[in-house]
Amino acid sequence: MDSNIVVQLRGVRKAFNIGTPFETEILHGIDLTLHRGDFCAVMGPSGSGKSTLLNIVGLLDRPTTGTLLIGSEETTTLDDKDLTRLRGHTIGFVFQYHHLITAFTALENVMIPMLGAAGFPNAHMRERAEQLIESVGLTTWRNNLAGNMSGGQQQRVAIARALAMNPAVLLADEPTGNLDTKSADAVFALLRKVNQEHGTTILFVTHNPSLANSCDKTIQVIDGLLTL
Amino acid sequence: MFTTWLPFEWIVAIRFLREGRLQTLFIVSGVAIGVGVIVFMSALLAGLQSNFIRRVLTTQAHIQLLQPQQMTRQLRSGADAPKGQVEGAIVQPPLQQTKSIDQWQAIVEQVRAMPAIKVVSPVTSGPVLVVRGSATRAVTISGIEPATYFRIVDFSDKILRGTSRLAGSDILIGSELSNDLGVDVGDKLHVTAANGGTGVLTIVGVFDLGNKGANQRNTFTVLHTAQSLLDLPGGVTSIEVTVQDIYSAETIAQRIAAATGVEADSWIKNSAQFFAAVSAQTTANTAIRFFVGLSVAFGIASVLVVSVVQKSREIGILRAMGISRGQILRLFLLQGGLLGFGGALAGCGIGACALWLWQRLARNADGTQLFPLEFDSAMFGIALVLATITGLLAALAPAVRAARLDPVVAIRG
Repeated sequence: MDSNIVVQLRGVRKAFNIGTPFETEILHGIDLTLHRGDFCAVMGPSGSGKSTLLNIVGLLDRPTTGTLLIGSEETTTLDDKDLTRLRGHTIGFVFQYHHLITAFTALENVMIPMLGAAGFPNAHMRERAEQLIESVGLTTWRNNLAGNMSGGQQQRVAIARALAMNPAVLLADEPTGNLDTKSADAVFALLRKVNQEHGTTILFVTHNPSLANSCDKTIQVIDGLLTL
Repeated sequence: MFTTWLPFEWIVAIRFLREGRLQTLFIVSGVAIGVGVIVFMSALLAGLQSNFIRRVLTTQAHIQLLQPQQMTRQLRSGADAPKGQVEGAIVQPPLQQTKSIDQWQAIVEQVRAMPAIKVVSPVTSGPVLVVRGSATRAVTISGIEPATYFRIVDFSDKILRGTSRLAGSDILIGSELSNDLGVDVGDKLHVTAANGGTGVLTIVGVFDLGNKGANQRNTFTVLHTAQSLLDLPGGVTSIEVTVQDIYSAETIAQRIAAATGVEADSWIKNSAQFFAAVSAQTTANTAIRFFVGLSVAFGIASVLVVSVVQKSREIGILRAMGISRGQILRLFLLQGGLLGFGGALAGCGIGACALWLWQRLARNADGTQLFPLEFDSAMFGIALVLATITGLLAALAPAVRAARLDPVVAIRG
């Protein structure tokens, strides 16, 4: 197998309310392969299944049928504990609404994934978090509570946090959807930088065609099917 | 910044509680008031009870062993009389003579060797007349072994004048008798028993047992003096016993009666009404504690249920970042435990303050303490542990709910 493949979906279907009169299939058999360093935009109308696809790739949700490989690991047979571990170590999330934990400062938010995995805080975590905060240009604000920062700043913290565990894949669900153009461009530039410097594979959901065009490739999700 | 020695769950739990300041403050206050009430009430009731019990039990033994009462049997007719014929149709109860307990030395040794027994002391007592000039009083004279008996009834704080040290022809009398006869320490008393035995005893001490009747009627001398006065050479009329746990006195009394064949009366049987009142109070106290504890538990649970709803998005994000269900479960359990512990800590403070105030303010007319409170430091420890466990248990349902949240649904909000 190609060792550069980081995500591989084969025949992935996802249905909800299975066995009830309201059963709906959202994804109708998706085949998708992402390599190391791919920067891939995902476009498509609302309700077409983009978020469901991202949740499945992010191991937050399981496909109804089909297989999903993360690296070389087949994930559909893993139990919840192993999925959580794999998710923590290989996948980073950036959501549309930043979703920082407001009880913590920017720096602490970046430390949380490392802290959760290790159990106890240590100097190395702090060092790495400082580096990440610096790389997103927020050193001055690092000790601000997350709730006291602007939307653009919060999204940059969210990106730093997503990178804390040095994930192979970064999933960004409309990270610029809620930002003004200037902040959106800054966030996109940051993602591009991460992609180039660390070789992180990025799946980037957006409604903005110009941002999508700046990605290496674009996939369209329409009515639960993929068109490249 | 994170405290390096605290694990992940503790850090997040403390931050969540700190973030919901008002909510945390309210529930901690609720727990504190509950625990404060329990601490204060327990100390008050324990003080009240032990004060009652002390008053009842400092002047009497927990168990008294007596010679079994004499019984009258019907007189049967001879072998040649018609069957079923009874000679003596009228049966009178016998006169209960002052008699010694058979083999009392052996019984004393046997009871002393039993478990949970503190002190065993033989006593010879009977009615005598004390005469001083033309004044005569009927009193009970108790011959005691000072070494053991004073461990049952502590005379050290009851002696008004003189001493409690008894020798051959010494006698201790009550303050009322001392007034009635106009005698005091150093005076001599002429004592006459019903059987004609007489003696002249020297008063060495005047006591106050806290009861007018007792101060009038009771006198104490050494065992052999009473034995010769009452014409019971070498005999004793009762054996007084104290036990380690006063509440098990009745069970121990029954065990003694079964083992020795003598009659054994416990204070519980002798003061049945008093004991019933004490038990009722204990039951009421336990019920109140239970319901206060229950309301504390529901308070903590309701706050955490709300917190899980408020924090569901955070829980979803934490799960997305690789935090396990177990970690989420522990983090909410911890919040419950911390609320319980924090509340109990404040509650112990409130309880201690209330007790201190009570001791300062609730006083008799003469300024002495109403009754001493039982200030048991173990009670504070128990309150802390129980409140923490209550908090953990109360947090169980919300914590399980948080751990089971589907991250996809939680993040969507």
